[in-house]
Amino acid sequence: MASEAHAAAHVHVHEAPRGFIRKYIFSTDHKIIGIQYILLALVAVFVGMFLSLLMRLHLAWPSLEIPFFGLMTPEQYLALMTMHGTIMVFFVLTTAPQSGFGNFFLPIQIGAADMAFPVLNMLSFWFTFASFAVMLAAFFVSGGAPTSGWTAYVPLSALGEVAGPGLGAGQTLWVVSIAIFCGASLMGSLNFITTTLDLRTRGMLLFRMPLTVWAWFVTAILMLLGFAVLLAAGILLLLDRHAGTSFFIPGGLIVSDRLIDHKGGSPLLWQHLFWFFGHPEVYIAILPGMGIVSHVLSTFARKPIFGYRAMVFAILAIAMLGLGVWGHHMFMSGMSPYSAIAFSLLTMSIGVPSAIKTFNWIGTLWGARIRFAPPMLFALGFVSLFVTGGLSGIFLAQPTVDIYLHDTYFVVAHFHIIMGVAAIFGMFAGTYFWFPKMFGRAMHEGLGRLHFWLTFIGVYAIFMPMHYIGLAGHPRRYPDTTAVKFLAALDPVHTFMSIAAFVTIAAQVLFVLNLVWSLWKGKKVGINPWEATTLEWTVPSPPPHDNFAGHYPSVYRGPYEYAVPGAPQDFVPQHLPEAEPARHAGADD
Amino acid sequence: MAGKTAVEELELIDAGRPPRDSGGAGDFGGRRPTPAVPQVYVTGIWLALASILMFFMALTSALIVRRGLSTDWVPFDLPPLLWWNTAALLASSLTLETAHRALAAGRPLAYHRWWNVTTALGVLFLAGQWMAWAQLRAAGVYLATNPSSSFFYVLTGVHGLHLLGGIVALLYVATRRRRAAPWPVERTAVTATSIYWHFLSGLWVFLLLLLWWGR
Repeated sequence: MASEAHAAAHVHVHEAPRGFIRKYIFSTDHKIIGIQYILLALVAVFVGMFLSLLMRLHLAWPSLEIPFFGLMTPEQYLALMTMHGTIMVFFVLTTAPQSGFGNFFLPIQIGAADMAFPVLNMLSFWFTFASFAVMLAAFFVSGGAPTSGWTAYVPLSALGEVAGPGLGAGQTLWVVSIAIFCGASLMGSLNFITTTLDLRTRGMLLFRMPLTVWAWFVTAILMLLGFAVLLAAGILLLLDRHAGTSFFIPGGLIVSDRLIDHKGGSPLLWQHLFWFFGHPEVYIAILPGMGIVSHVLSTFARKPIFGYRAMVFAILAIAMLGLGVWGHHMFMSGMSPYSAIAFSLLTMSIGVPSAIKTFNWIGTLWGARIRFAPPMLFALGFVSLFVTGGLSGIFLAQPTVDIYLHDTYFVVAHFHIIMGVAAIFGMFAGTYFWFPKMFGRAMHEGLGRLHFWLTFIGVYAIFMPMHYIGLAGHPRRYPDTTAVKFLAALDPVHTFMSIAAFVTIAAQVLFVLNLVWSLWKGKKVGINPWEATTLEWTVPSPPPHDNFAGHYPSVYRGPYEYAVPGAPQDFVPQHLPEAEPARHAGADD
Repeated sequence: MAGKTAVEELELIDAGRPPRDSGGAGDFGGRRPTPAVPQVYVTGIWLALASILMFFMALTSALIVRRGLSTDWVPFDLPPLLWWNTAALLASSLTLETAHRALAAGRPLAYHRWWNVTTALGVLFLAGQWMAWAQLRAAGVYLATNPSSSFFYVLTGVHGLHLLGGIVALLYVATRRRRAAPWPVERTAVTATSIYWHFLSGLWVFLLLLLWWGR
């Protein structure tokens, strides 16, 4: 039966590859690719954290000579700031929660053998890797890393070396790296959406998908639309830098005593294009965290998620509104007050689905007998941070308030809490929750708890005072305020935040030690250590190469059937056929 | 193999999985849980088109904003050759559709012939675009001459790159044909390539009107 063999060969019957390179380096297995993404993000997060450590040292002790670095110049400070933001946003917040955990768990949670396009998946990772390498190379070229911020605002980013160190080769590498990253993200998101639409197993209706899958799916849609726009903007920026065009560069600029010979371009055009991507990017970072947190809260509260459908529609609403609010990053750009009001109203309306989510998380916890394991602690921490960061967001959504606060530390505090730290807490929750599934061993609980409390108190100690110095009028992006008299009173706050940052960074070493220790010495676990309901807990830990060994599960129920009355256990996995007692009014209603 | 129908092939692919009635409560939430399903290629190509459309819409809005804001926009005459190129590209969409229908009607020879004509027309379009660029260069209109010419080169350039991808896809399907791939696989590749090609034809008409309006 030659044709049968042919058909079989085409079905990707998942023969596990044997060679090291095919198995671990250029792998097409979604689980290996997921781990590769997570490792890349882990390296990136430590690079990014190291940069913030240097910045915090300089902010608290401006005249300090840092070993191997010397006295920091303002340009060096801005370069650190730019690279910290870029590396954290692209290579950590976009990479780990979506591409990392999503790759590993989306196919398993919907009962598929792999992603829809395994080779594209592999390419997507290696594009990301190349992009990261190019980005890091910017540190080592003449002039060093760019200083135009992670938003690469024009004209600073478009003029080349004449505008300052780092804006020549460094900035070019930055744009090229981001363009490669766009390509990687487009391939990845296309794969996520197709897999979710087409490869769900029998009975896995859309409204039976775990909220993690919903979050990854909607995030992928945002990536597919957003990164295409960023790519277009990047190409135009490269042409302005190297081909003499004037898309963004205005006329009559005199920089370093030289008349710039471009004319007529619009720096605002860059801001519109960038933020059309940049605002959805915020949701790209946070939505997967929301999915993970919903999943973990339900599991450890031993209750169905409160209002499953409302949660799904809230994700969709956040994503849709998120595509229409980019202008709130530009209230300071001199935009018409009428457009500002439109952007402002749309922005504040995102508060509605966000409040629905928060309400439902609290509803899930209400009256629950909570199991306070490390994943749950981080999920609860996420909810706390999301509320804190969300409230300061309502301040900033109003143009009149934003005009005062926009260039102060208040904004820094806001976006670090909601986009940075909350998303990181989502990743921690995911790591502690899924580590047993990924490697067959549990992480150390005591260390996990210690890591949580140090980090939770630490991040509040770093970022809460930032709100206050922002309200007091402390501008952001200033490397050194010793010459500014009215800010002298805030110096002790800077010192406090810096010390808090060092302690928090040290606490992350605990996390890495726990990771490495648990890989070899962690307690061995069975298939379902958390007594959870979704499909990833029906396969061995770690899952075999083809996930289900050809026996695809059928799904009979929603994803969060905990505390089912009359059931033999307090949870009913998704793949169990209809039980005798009536279905619990929960996830699927 | 040549005599196998699509349905028979799909049943072969389906073998080795539990029978349909063992499904969850009789409903069929997703489709088949293996990457071999031709459906994924069709879904994938539509998603790619959504993304490509966003890419070109970003450039379009950039053109509209840049033109509306500036006082330095100098129109230039589009090379008349572009209309011939457009005719070639639209014709290629027609021949592709003819090929597609020939395939569906089980006339492989006609299908092969029209497929090759489509590829040739695609190459002709690209060559024509290249010549249009050369004419503009000869007239002293370069990439950085004026924002109007910048957008002309950028839009035609990135459209050309996408079309080059389409030609690679057409050739790929042609080589698969020689290697006598199974029927549903070939048909999937044909469908996906056709969707992409028609999209690029339509996109070109839109871009041409945009450039003509903004010349």
